[in-house]
Amino acid sequence: MSILINRDTRVITQGITGKTGQFHTRMCRDYADGRNCYVAGVNPKKAGEDFEGIPIYATVKEAKEATGATVSVIYVPPPFAAAAIDEAVDAGLDLVVCITEGIPVRDMIRTRYRMQGKKTLLLGPNCPGVITPDELKIGIMPGHIHKKGRIGVISRSGTLTYEAVGQLTEIGLGQSTAVGIGGDPVNGLKHIDVLRLFNDDPDTDAVVMIGEIGGTDEENAARWVKEHMTKPVVGFIAGVTAPPGKRMGHAGAIISGGKGTAQEKLQVMEACGIKVTRNPAEMGKLLKSVI
Amino acid sequence: MKIHEYQGKEIFRKFGMATPRGVPAFTVDEAVAAARSLGGDVWVVKAQIHAGGRGKGGGVKVARSHDEVRELAGRILGMQLVTHQTGPAGQKVRRLLVEEGADIRKELYVGMVVDRSTQRVCLMASSEGGMDIEEVAAKTPEKIHKVFIDPTKGLTDAEADDVARKIGIPEASVAQGRAMLQGLYRAFDETDASLAEINPLIVTGDGRVIALDAKLNFDSNALYRHPEIVAMRDLDEEDPAEVEASKSDLSYISLDGNIGCLVNGAGLAMATMDTIKLFGAEPANFLDVGGGATTEKVTEAFKIMLRNPKVKGILVNIFGGIMQCDTIANGIVAAARETHLSVPLVVRMKGTNEDIGRKILKDSGLPIIAADNMADAAQKIVAAVKQV
Repeated sequence: MSILINRDTRVITQGITGKTGQFHTRMCRDYADGRNCYVAGVNPKKAGEDFEGIPIYATVKEAKEATGATVSVIYVPPPFAAAAIDEAVDAGLDLVVCITEGIPVRDMIRTRYRMQGKKTLLLGPNCPGVITPDELKIGIMPGHIHKKGRIGVISRSGTLTYEAVGQLTEIGLGQSTAVGIGGDPVNGLKHIDVLRLFNDDPDTDAVVMIGEIGGTDEENAARWVKEHMTKPVVGFIAGVTAPPGKRMGHAGAIISGGKGTAQEKLQVMEACGIKVTRNPAEMGKLLKSVI
Repeated sequence: MKIHEYQGKEIFRKFGMATPRGVPAFTVDEAVAAARSLGGDVWVVKAQIHAGGRGKGGGVKVARSHDEVRELAGRILGMQLVTHQTGPAGQKVRRLLVEEGADIRKELYVGMVVDRSTQRVCLMASSEGGMDIEEVAAKTPEKIHKVFIDPTKGLTDAEADDVARKIGIPEASVAQGRAMLQGLYRAFDETDASLAEINPLIVTGDGRVIALDAKLNFDSNALYRHPEIVAMRDLDEEDPAEVEASKSDLSYISLDGNIGCLVNGAGLAMATMDTIKLFGAEPANFLDVGGGATTEKVTEAFKIMLRNPKVKGILVNIFGGIMQCDTIANGIVAAARETHLSVPLVVRMKGTNEDIGRKILKDSGLPIIAADNMADAAQKIVAAVKQV
């Protein structure tokens, strides 16, 4: 088992014909069972053609009907990405993974509003994606650093997720699923949602939760952990040295009005029983110490 | 992206929001001419910088004659205005706004931000205008009224009227308050703002509701669809290193320490800074080279970091992932050569072809120190910098 995706998942790629879409579709298809999982692409102008054997459809709805796919991944450029999410939601997919960075917040506010009451889950935007090692990789993370196992990983950042995964793999701890929820202020799945999924997953034993400055998602997740989580969680928060009011790369990584500091998040996490480290080189070691 | 108060007021007026009459001025003569063209006998001379707290810092003054306008404009233009948001060095004043004086009966506060938990635009309003709103929120949270705005309906008449009454706009002026609040939401929404503030919003002696100040920040992801706002950008107000970096598509922020960091990915970049601090030094910058750490980008990043005279050493931390470490190593060597690097350089690379990458660094003949992991890298650069 795993969360969100496994080798039986069938995936539609929105934006399969763009440069990024092409590159990462190849990488994902070459990983584990990718060849069976990537079943469709979408581009209204190229319907009926194919991308290296993957058939292209005009719409997500048609791709879903023709292939039975339930998940899509989006590499569409920022001005059109929110509309691409809307299309996937309207087609009734189970999960949409939006890799695109740079979507205007105003567009995401409307897209999230439209998603209320719909069954579709959104991962991202501005995220590395999700991977269930040795089964399926959806996104831009390097597949080879992962190893199949029983640790769940959640993070807002791309390379910091890879860092955590790399450390776990190095000390022999494989991952059930690694989830990058993305660095934007208005997004889909949050730490708390992914923790819930890991808590219910019989094949996950413990979780590494990585956060960063900005917002209060980590605090909310920590409070939930205290009440409900039956498995150990360890954490790291990036940005202890970040100055207030400056956007640190990610659109959502900003301390505003004195809120969203790393210190505050670390304190709440510790108070809720989550073991945290101030040394990001020791995330793997810390996890090992709690299992 | 930030703009000046006078530019914010131009936008406000387009959305039917009342502001004092005013004219921007870049010289003392222009300021006096502005006062003449406005008429009347009281003017306010306001320093235009992107930071808040200008009044307390001495950047906002009332003048009662043209001579006084001239004197104040001369004093404020060119001054290093220090506020709680500028840092101790302050910000040089290059522009003024000369406005007609206002007869203030009440000072209120209105702000708008994107609320991350409800994923809606949040209107915040308070009867405590002219004050630091964070202080009001901490001490008397009951005085802050919030509306989480439905994006399909906008701020409704009922919501706007309710807030207007709660913050103490007199009954006879509630319709004006409504126009102000709804105008602010439309301005926020239609310009892709990320923050809007009117502090203070005033009620005048004759019951008019006027935006006495205007602060607007914009979502940089949406600037592509607002050329009229991009045209308002004032590069004098921004850190030159950050402007330079943005031209090369690098995300760079100046900090106060002496160790330059070059990292791929925002989260890892912050984590690297934190690790430097953990081992007893301070980072000189945040720098995310992005996914593709090409030779050109790494070279540009080195140049930008080295322009900072405080930098006594550089830490490169790259999680190769899809990019191969040999490619990255070649980029680092080329960048170090081109910039005639003379400060210690510690490199930590992780990913495919790590060994080949290390060999390239070693064989380059450059004094590059290799590190195994982030903590090792941080310790090595901190030690190297302390020796210098």
